[in-house]
Amino acid sequence: MTTTTPPAGPVPLLSAAELKVTFPGRRGAASARAVDGVDLDIGTGEIVALVGESGCGKTTLARALLGLVPPTRGRVTFAREPLGYGARALKAYRKRVQLVLQDPSGSLNPRHTVYDAVAEGLRIHAHPGDERAAVAEALSRAGLRPPERYFARYPHELSGGQRQRVVIAGALVLEPELIVADEPVASLDASVRGEILALLLSLRDELGLSALVVTHDLGLAWNIADRVAVMYLGRIVETGPVEEVLTAPQHPYTRALLSVLPESGEEPVVLMGEPPDPSRIPDGCRFHARCQVLASGEAARAGVDERCRTDSPPVLTGGAATQVACHWATAG
Amino acid sequence: MKRAPRASGVVEAAGARGAPGLLEIRDLRVTYGSGASAVPAVRGVDLAVGPGQKLGIAGESGCGKSTLALALLRLLPSSARLSGEILLDGEDVLTMKWGRLRAVRWAGASIVFQGAMHSLNAVHRIGDQIAEPVLLHRRATPAAGRARAAELLEQVGLPAARADAYPHELSGGQRQRVMIAMALACDPRLIVADEPTTALDVMIQAQILRLIERLVAEQDIGLLMISHDLAVLADTCDRLAVMYAGRIVEEGPARAVYDAAEHPYGRALSAAFPRIGDPASRRAPRGLPGDPPDPAALPSGCTFHPRCPVALDVCEREDQPLREAGPGRSAACVRVGAAVPAGEQPR
Repeated sequence: MTTTTPPAGPVPLLSAAELKVTFPGRRGAASARAVDGVDLDIGTGEIVALVGESGCGKTTLARALLGLVPPTRGRVTFAREPLGYGARALKAYRKRVQLVLQDPSGSLNPRHTVYDAVAEGLRIHAHPGDERAAVAEALSRAGLRPPERYFARYPHELSGGQRQRVVIAGALVLEPELIVADEPVASLDASVRGEILALLLSLRDELGLSALVVTHDLGLAWNIADRVAVMYLGRIVETGPVEEVLTAPQHPYTRALLSVLPESGEEPVVLMGEPPDPSRIPDGCRFHARCQVLASGEAARAGVDERCRTDSPPVLTGGAATQVACHWATAG
Repeated sequence: MKRAPRASGVVEAAGARGAPGLLEIRDLRVTYGSGASAVPAVRGVDLAVGPGQKLGIAGESGCGKSTLALALLRLLPSSARLSGEILLDGEDVLTMKWGRLRAVRWAGASIVFQGAMHSLNAVHRIGDQIAEPVLLHRRATPAAGRARAAELLEQVGLPAARADAYPHELSGGQRQRVMIAMALACDPRLIVADEPTTALDVMIQAQILRLIERLVAEQDIGLLMISHDLAVLADTCDRLAVMYAGRIVEEGPARAVYDAAEHPYGRALSAAFPRIGDPASRRAPRGLPGDPPDPAALPSGCTFHPRCPVALDVCEREDQPLREAGPGRSAACVRVGAAVPAGEQPR
C-alpha cells in the first residue's frame, strides 16, 4: 500500500469499519456480497465522492451508512458512537444525517406543496421552534429566494432544478451534520447541474456540512469532492484526495474509467463485458478477470500475476491517505 | 497518446450548403396543438447529413431535439403540425404517401431510441424482433430472417446464440446493442440515434459509442446523434449543432464548437462539462442561472436573453438569425461576426 499522507488525525464524523452487506440469494442461489469489506471515513466538513458503475455496491454502502440496511458484518460509527438500530436511535440519527435522493420528481409527493414537503421533517421530529421561519430559512439556503414565493407551489409547477432544490431544502431544514446524496444531479440538465453542485459546495463552505456523494460521474468528483473512493464489486479499490486519484490514477480500473471519458487525451481502455456479478466474486483480486494490466502481460513482467489470480489485496483503510488495492500498482 | 484525428476536411465541405446530402432538413417547424394553446417545439431548423457523416445535436430538456428526431420519420402524434422539408435522398418525407413512408422507415432511415428496455417487446425473443423488419420489408423467408438476425447480432458484438434470449435476460448495454442491430436490419442509409447511451455506465457507453462509430464508418451510413451530453457528441461526431428553444443556435466542426463555442449558450453548456485535471473546473462547478425556457411561453427577442451573461438591450427585442462565425461555423448571436450595434449598451 502506498501511503503519501499520514492517516488523518481528527476523529471522523461518520465511519464504516469492515462493513459487509450480504443479500441472500433466491431459491438457493449464491448470496450477493453487495458490500464486501469496506472501511470509509468522512470527516467534518469533508465532501467524499463514492464512485463506481451500477451494481458495484455504492448505493448499498450509502444505505448501510444511513442505517437503512443493517450491515451483515462490521459497524458504522457516527460522532464516536456506534450506530444503534432501534427505532428511537435511528430516528435521532436521521435528524443528523440526511439523505438526498436522485430524481426529485420521484421523491416529492405531487400532492404536497413545497412548504409541506420541506416542513415534513420538522413535524416528524416535533420541531420546537417556528416552523415557518425554519422552512423559509431552508428554502433560501437551497437557493429558492424569496422563499415565500415557493410555499404554495406544487412540484409540477417547478422546473427540475427547482425540484432538486426543494429536496435539498427538505434535507437542510433539520440542520443535519452530514448529507448523503445519491446521484444528486443525474437527472438534471447540464446547465442546471452546475448550479446544484455549486449549492452543495457552498453549503459545505457556509455551514460546514459534510457530504457523501454517490455517483458514477467522475467529473462530479472533480467539481466538488475533496476525496474520492472508487468502488468495484463491493470493495473500495482506490481512494485518496481527488487531485491525486483523478490525475494520477494507480488502479487499472480507475485508469480505465478515466480513459473512456470523452475528455481524456489518452487511448481509451474499453473494458469488455459487463460489470461482474456480486454473487460470483472472482478469487484473487476481484478485478483480475477484466484487468488490462494482467491481460497485457505487464503484471507478469512485474512478477505479480500469480498473486493477482490468487490473493485478494487487503482492505484499504478508511482515512485520507492515498491508497490502492492492486498488487501491480503497489509492487514497484 | 492522442486519439487518431478525425476526417474532418471532407465533412466540412459537405456541410449544410454543399452538394445534396443524404438528409437535408429545410426550415423544419413542428407545433403541437393549435390556436392559442399551440406550442412551437421546433422553430425553423436547417441541417444536412451526408453519407458517412456524423452530426451531433446537443440540447437540454424541452429544446426540441427529440421532436426533431421523431419528425424525421413522421413518428409524431397527430396533434403535431409540421412544415418545411425533410429531404431523404432528395425525396421529401413530409409529402410522402403512406406506403412510401413505410418503405422508407427502416430501409431508408431508422431510429435507435433511448431506453432500450421500453423499446423492445418483452414477450418476444430478440432474434424475432430483429428479423421482423427484414421479413416485412424484404419479404424474406423465415430462415433468411433468422440468418440475417444472427449476422446482425455478430455485427453488434453479441453471440448469434443470444437470438433466443428475451429482453429481460440481457443487460442494459446488450439491449442497446440489440436496438442497434434492429436499426441496421434493412441496411438503412441514415441512422438517427436519440440518446443512445443515456442511462448506461461509462464503460458500457464507451463500448456502444465505439460500436456506432465503427458501423457508421464501415457501412458509410449517415448518423444523426442526439444527446444532452455535449462531451460525448464532441468526441463521437464530426459536426455539432446546439439547439435551444426549438432552434439551432450554433453549428460547426464538433471539436471547435466544444472547445470554443461562439454562442453564449454553447459556451455555458460546454463549460458545464468538467474537464478532469483542469484546475479551472476544480471545486468550481459551472452552470447557468435560470431554467431552459418553457416552449409554451418563450421569451421575446432572442430566446436566450434572460439567461445570457452578455445580453444587450437589442436581444430583448430582436430575434437573432444564424450568422457566419468563421469557416464552416455559424452562431445565432448578435455579438458574432459583426461589431456590437452603435448605441447598444450591455445590460
